[in-house]
Amino acid sequence: MLGFLIQRVLQAAAVMVIISVLVFVGVFAIGNPIDVLIAPDATQDIRLDTIRRYGFDQPLWKQYLNFVTSLVQGNFGRSFVFNMPVLDLILSRLPATLELTLAAVIGATIVGVPLGMYAGYRPHAITSRAIMGLSVIGFSVPTFWVGLLLIMGFAVELGWLPAGGRGDTVAVLGVQWSVLTLSGWSHLVLPALTLSLFRMALMIRMARAGMREAMLSDYVRFARAQGLSDTKVIFGHVLKNISIPLVTVFGLELAATLAFAVVTETIFSWPGLGKLIIDSIQSLDRPVMVAYLMLVAFLFIMINFAVDVAYAALDPRVRGRS
Amino acid sequence: MMAALEVRGLKTHFFTRNGVVKAVDGVDLRIEPGRVLGLVGESGSGKSVTGLSILGLIDPPGRIVEGSVKLDGQELVGLDRDAARRVRGRKIAMIFQDPMMTLNPVLRVDTQMSMALRAHESLSKDSIRERSLAALGRVGLPAPEQCLTAYPHQLSGGMRQRVAISIALLHSPSVIVCDEPTTALDVSIQGQILQEMQRLGAELGVALVWITHDLAVVSSLAHDIAVMYAGRIVEHGPTEDVLAHPRHHYTRGLLDSVPGEGTPGEKLAQIPGSIPALIDLPPGCAFKARCGRADGACETMPEIADLGQGRGARCVHPLEAA
Amino acid sequence: MTRRDASPFIRFCSEFAENRLALFAFSVVVIIVGAAILAPLFTPQDPYDIGKLILGDARRPPGYVGRGGYVHLLGTDAQGRDLWSAILYGLRISVQIGLTAGAVAFVVGGALGVVAAFAGGRIEALIMRFVDLQLSFPTILLALVISAILGQGKWQLTVALVASQYAYFARTAHGAAVAERAKEYVEAALSTPLSSGVVVFRHILPNCMPPLIVVATVQIANAISLEATLSFLGLGLPVTHPSLGMLIANGFQYMLSGRYWISIYPGIALIMLILAINLVSDQVRDQLNPRLQR
Repeated sequence: MLGFLIQRVLQAAAVMVIISVLVFVGVFAIGNPIDVLIAPDATQDIRLDTIRRYGFDQPLWKQYLNFVTSLVQGNFGRSFVFNMPVLDLILSRLPATLELTLAAVIGATIVGVPLGMYAGYRPHAITSRAIMGLSVIGFSVPTFWVGLLLIMGFAVELGWLPAGGRGDTVAVLGVQWSVLTLSGWSHLVLPALTLSLFRMALMIRMARAGMREAMLSDYVRFARAQGLSDTKVIFGHVLKNISIPLVTVFGLELAATLAFAVVTETIFSWPGLGKLIIDSIQSLDRPVMVAYLMLVAFLFIMINFAVDVAYAALDPRVRGRS
Repeated sequence: MMAALEVRGLKTHFFTRNGVVKAVDGVDLRIEPGRVLGLVGESGSGKSVTGLSILGLIDPPGRIVEGSVKLDGQELVGLDRDAARRVRGRKIAMIFQDPMMTLNPVLRVDTQMSMALRAHESLSKDSIRERSLAALGRVGLPAPEQCLTAYPHQLSGGMRQRVAISIALLHSPSVIVCDEPTTALDVSIQGQILQEMQRLGAELGVALVWITHDLAVVSSLAHDIAVMYAGRIVEHGPTEDVLAHPRHHYTRGLLDSVPGEGTPGEKLAQIPGSIPALIDLPPGCAFKARCGRADGACETMPEIADLGQGRGARCVHPLEAA
Repeated sequence: MTRRDASPFIRFCSEFAENRLALFAFSVVVIIVGAAILAPLFTPQDPYDIGKLILGDARRPPGYVGRGGYVHLLGTDAQGRDLWSAILYGLRISVQIGLTAGAVAFVVGGALGVVAAFAGGRIEALIMRFVDLQLSFPTILLALVISAILGQGKWQLTVALVASQYAYFARTAHGAAVAERAKEYVEAALSTPLSSGVVVFRHILPNCMPPLIVVATVQIANAISLEATLSFLGLGLPVTHPSLGMLIANGFQYMLSGRYWISIYPGIALIMLILAINLVSDQVRDQLNPRLQR
């Protein structure tokens, strides 16, 4: 088991390095980074000065080395637009996005998996067909449209929930969380619902497919031949088997939702990372873009790692290998 | 003496979108306690479906449309779900072909055995362990304690099948239906398992229905044999007798096509043609298209002719008794 | 001639036709695509021609008769565009981009996957590692960044979409090719004088097609959805070529003041298209899935 873990950690590190190169080259080498920093009518002197200050006159690989060295020291540079350390900027927005993402994914799983399992258990019942129908609609509708609909329905027409922004926050461990306040919840509901719909549809479909396959498998037949009731078969045998792919999906969903929050945050003016990245893409605030991508990559790798570990913990066949 | 298992006129049909598949179309079987009945046929003959029907494990679109299955005098067809479940695993058990697939790969052996035990009895943890160890010992496993805590993939094929057998024996059933349990194993292990089963049958008085396509297996193990073709029994009787003096042309064909006694270089005998699809079977004897002796009389489905001394053959022109 | 004797394609189609929902969805797709291609015939106005837009007609509700002399069936948007025309042209863009991106990703990804499966060894490992890496990265981020870097425009958008989607095709093709490679008929074919290229093309590729087709149908819907999202966020296509996403974005601010039609109708059109494609692809997938066939 230890060898397995070490191997994975090394792989993760290697991947981070590759990504850092790709991201750096992609963002800094294309286009002219100078144009954002100085006014178009700046004099040649100011131009040269800025170039030297930011190190743009050096060869690309040197720039990359500088980048990496300061990265290791925890310095992501300063935002071109906000003129504050990028790391601080990102960290201040992270909790909001985390809240939203966790609420959405956990909600999607808690609702989606049982529904999907039922649909797989009784595939021809009317309820199951309804569930599947809803799930198709769920992932056909682009996230942004769901958000619009919800705003129109609940905020404009019914006036029950606010149309945007984040609620009051409470500081826990030096970080601002809004889930601990009532107004925080009321602001969280719509964006979380928007974000979770797509994921929920996916969970339903995966759970259903897994369930159907499991119910047709040999070990279920053997278990039923032993006289186990369907409930016991499902909760004792099948659950463990399908939890393996489900956990993988959960992890990937967590990561993907983090990224997808971009759209939802824009619509609901949720002050998180997503909004930050959109703004910085539009204003070409490169240090922020780079830092965001690195952070997301890092999160992804961490999540993949966690999923791998969970996989090994759940499936005894994997532990024996490597 | 009351038969351990008595099947009369069993018909199991599958209602698919392409038509009705009459997988089992009128099967009679009878087996006394402690005896072994070999149910022989090629793939597609309906033998596996017969086994599943006896256990009540036929799922839609399949259904037992007619017939009776009496286990120790108790009628099994038409039982409600709960009653059927209580009989399954306790009074009659079934084991399948590939133990890697029939044992749940993500659960330990002791978990699976404990679930099988608790399906029918409520026991303390200690009794569960005791009974499990006893069952494992009874099937000739060398290190029962180690087996208990192992996962299926950590055991060899032969050991896995023995575990499956021990699970089947947990509640001391009167009948065990074995669906090709040795086909997936090495030839040497096959022999061991066969011997084991013979011993168990004699010791515990369990009746075995041994479903197979392998005549060699049947000849060494079964007391009586029933040959299936296209959903019906075409010949039955004591094994030695049937194999030495077959009365049905299909049985003769099967015996002739087993390579072995002829001189090297001789062409292998084969039954011409192939098994008809079970959808849209033409009327009359199902074998007539491939039979050298078929004539006009074969246009109506023959009944099983009683040929005396426990022999029967479904043919209007049975082969001569030797 | 019984059912079994017909060619696999005809069998596939007749089984498909039995599921009425899928058939209905398929006809919806055909209608929408047809309407999109023939858009100029159905629309009273060319929404790309800025000269034709009458600002005075802006933000009018459905049914309004504009200065151009025709009825605005679905109202007008903030620039005075007839919404019905804009939607049809927008659908045209969606279909175009979805199909192009899907087709290119199919070819590129499929080729990559099959090549990797046959190159074997380290090349295969390298390619597949890269593909896996990319797969674990969310498509939208990738598309966002590439789009931002390349700028606005049709082909830039297509490149961004292809870059984020080819990985699915590559992974599926690789998996299918590896499974085929292990089968005996490949060994048999390779031992004949046929060159390995021929073996790959004539034998292996056809057997990899079913899962690739399933992926393709899903990815086309994804591409359309992704394009709409990118346009909604202001990337992708320039303002003069409004795609459905942009129409929705532009109309967003008017929702709160009750002029819902500017966002809603394009949204409905978009959803109809994506939903129909997904229903079709569901049916295709169920039919091509060997494990669900008894």
